[in-house]
Amino acid sequence: MFDDKKIEEIKAATDRWEKETVSKVISKFPERKEKFVTNSNLEVKRLYTPEDIKDLDYESDLGYPGEYPYTRGVQPTMYRGKLWTMRQYAGFGTAEESNKRYKYLLEQGQTGLSVAFDLPTQIGYDSDHPLAEGEVGKVGVAIDSLKDMEVLFDGIPLDKVSTSMTINAPAAILLAMYIAVAEKQGVSKDKLRGTIQNDILKEYIARGTYIFPPQPSMRLITNIFEYCSKEVPHWNTISISGYHIREAGCTAVQEVAFTLANGIAYVEAAIKAGLDIDEFAPRLSFFFNAHNNLFEEVAKFRAARRLWAKIMKERFKAKDPKSMQLKFHTQTAGSTLTAQQPDNNIIRVTIQALAAVLGGTQSLHTNSRDEALALPTEESVRIALRTQQILAYESGVADTIDPLAGSYYVESLTNKIEEEALKYIQKIDELGGATKAIEKGYIQREIQDAAYKYQMEVESLDRIVVGVNKFQVEEEEKKEILKVDRTVEFSQKEKLAQLRKERNNDEVQRTLKVLKEKAETDENLMPYILDAVKAYATLGEICDVLREVFGEYQQSVIL
Amino acid sequence: MNRPIRVLVAKPGLDGHDRGAKVIARALRDAGMEVIYTGLRQTPEQIVAAAIQEDVDVVAMSILSGAHNHLFPKVVNLLREKGVNDVLIIGGGVIPEDDIPFLLESGIDAIFTPGTSTKDVIEYIKNNLKRNI
Repeated sequence: MFDDKKIEEIKAATDRWEKETVSKVISKFPERKEKFVTNSNLEVKRLYTPEDIKDLDYESDLGYPGEYPYTRGVQPTMYRGKLWTMRQYAGFGTAEESNKRYKYLLEQGQTGLSVAFDLPTQIGYDSDHPLAEGEVGKVGVAIDSLKDMEVLFDGIPLDKVSTSMTINAPAAILLAMYIAVAEKQGVSKDKLRGTIQNDILKEYIARGTYIFPPQPSMRLITNIFEYCSKEVPHWNTISISGYHIREAGCTAVQEVAFTLANGIAYVEAAIKAGLDIDEFAPRLSFFFNAHNNLFEEVAKFRAARRLWAKIMKERFKAKDPKSMQLKFHTQTAGSTLTAQQPDNNIIRVTIQALAAVLGGTQSLHTNSRDEALALPTEESVRIALRTQQILAYESGVADTIDPLAGSYYVESLTNKIEEEALKYIQKIDELGGATKAIEKGYIQREIQDAAYKYQMEVESLDRIVVGVNKFQVEEEEKKEILKVDRTVEFSQKEKLAQLRKERNNDEVQRTLKVLKEKAETDENLMPYILDAVKAYATLGEICDVLREVFGEYQQSVIL
Repeated sequence: MNRPIRVLVAKPGLDGHDRGAKVIARALRDAGMEVIYTGLRQTPEQIVAAAIQEDVDVVAMSILSGAHNHLFPKVVNLLREKGVNDVLIIGGGVIPEDDIPFLLESGIDAIFTPGTSTKDVIEYIKNNLKRNI
């Protein structure tokens, strides 16, 4: 952005400043640390000047919002046109209880739903399965069949809200249930808007709710891509998630690298299955974490956007600009929340949410202050939502697009993160792609090393966590927390027994038999899953049929 | 001490959050202990079988899903049924303070909540072993 002569002048002037002004002060007042680094261990200089971004070409590296390479944002007017979607992840207990929480959130001004399922649902077990004992309704809502799904969305018009569902291994089944509920409401598939997470690779890496081995899992995913491109055109068919990878302890650079590497694997699988890139790529979406290091996080979002655009255009030869746009949801970082002095978490969440907004997120979940203790109470969730609303309506940060662009520091960090992430992606390519790198344990080991290093830094006080290793207090009285007891499990079991008595069991058996036969062929399974769901086959029954054909994933334990 | 302390780090239930379990496993190993990590999704029966087979001195379990009140005591009971009474049993994770008295009464020797230093866990284990080693 500057000519060489000007850069030389600035460089000389900076050297002079270091020698004449800084050195005098430093000899008397040394800096707080010898070396400052970001969360990704990128060194942070004392001062950034035009010299640090001397090779930056405005037009080709930054460009304009809504235009390639989308560094400044995917929409032409960003938040001046429409604010990000405020989407709080929620769900617990029974479908009735969660339905009540959704209606409460919508009344409070939330603009989209985000469904949390309990672990048995996420792993394809009905609530009466022995492995579900003690887990039913705990971390999300328990869904056993279409019956529960009808209750979950009762009184919520599915043509008016967009719904995000955090569901991966059984994503096809929950999507089928959503379609079936919509049909009962008289809403056709082409009116549905929302997202399924459907990102199995990061389950193997970091989140743990896998069922089937990689190959059949990738097939289910591409089946969904294909089906939705024709039948549910406004549905985001996958949310390629760095969030959980980061929660598992990796750095910002690794978050970008591993997420985009997984993205590449999905694109390659879909192309291999015969799909055209521009048919499915516009419906790919992403999900990132927002941590405390404000500038690094903003730079991370910008770098991810630019890198994905280049990958889609140069590597996969996408033609449709929509295929190149990295749209993403953000959640603030659960792992940064402290059980100590939990109200401090409100401030952490504010900084993280600010990073997400300055980074151009399309939707945002802000964590509640009490989530290091339990699921959030209604009051805590309201404060979290209000945090977003204050950012949106009071802070002014949403009034111009990509306001940190041109900052010598932020641009330099953006370049650095892109560069370092690309190195990881090349390494993963050498290992044979993300699936192979996961099977070899490479990605898991990288994350674990980073997580361990972080913990050791906290323990040696190289890294300060307020209230945990510094500024501790005697904790005051206990806070009110939300609890889910086992009555949910018992009532879910009763409902299941009732369902198994009342439904047309011949039709259930017939649809499951067809599904099994089709699973053994190469056919798209979505229509057959939909038939089984509509016959009120349970989630567990459908998954069992698929387990029989596909087998189950065996985790390789890496320590 | 004549031999290293043997520890089974275990993830009971369906919860997939193993960052803490893995960090603890490594820290214990770096402190000179022999550590076996079970991996995810272990039933109480599997954990007890592994503890007996590996002849461990300590079982350290981690749960972040809220299923601790059900699963931790189940492991204790199964160990007792098998006649194992000299293994130190500890637990960690997102565990509300209110639940801790019940868990201690159920036979868990100690509960460690978020923010615990690995050094504290190491110290605790060294000072509270139930076997002479």
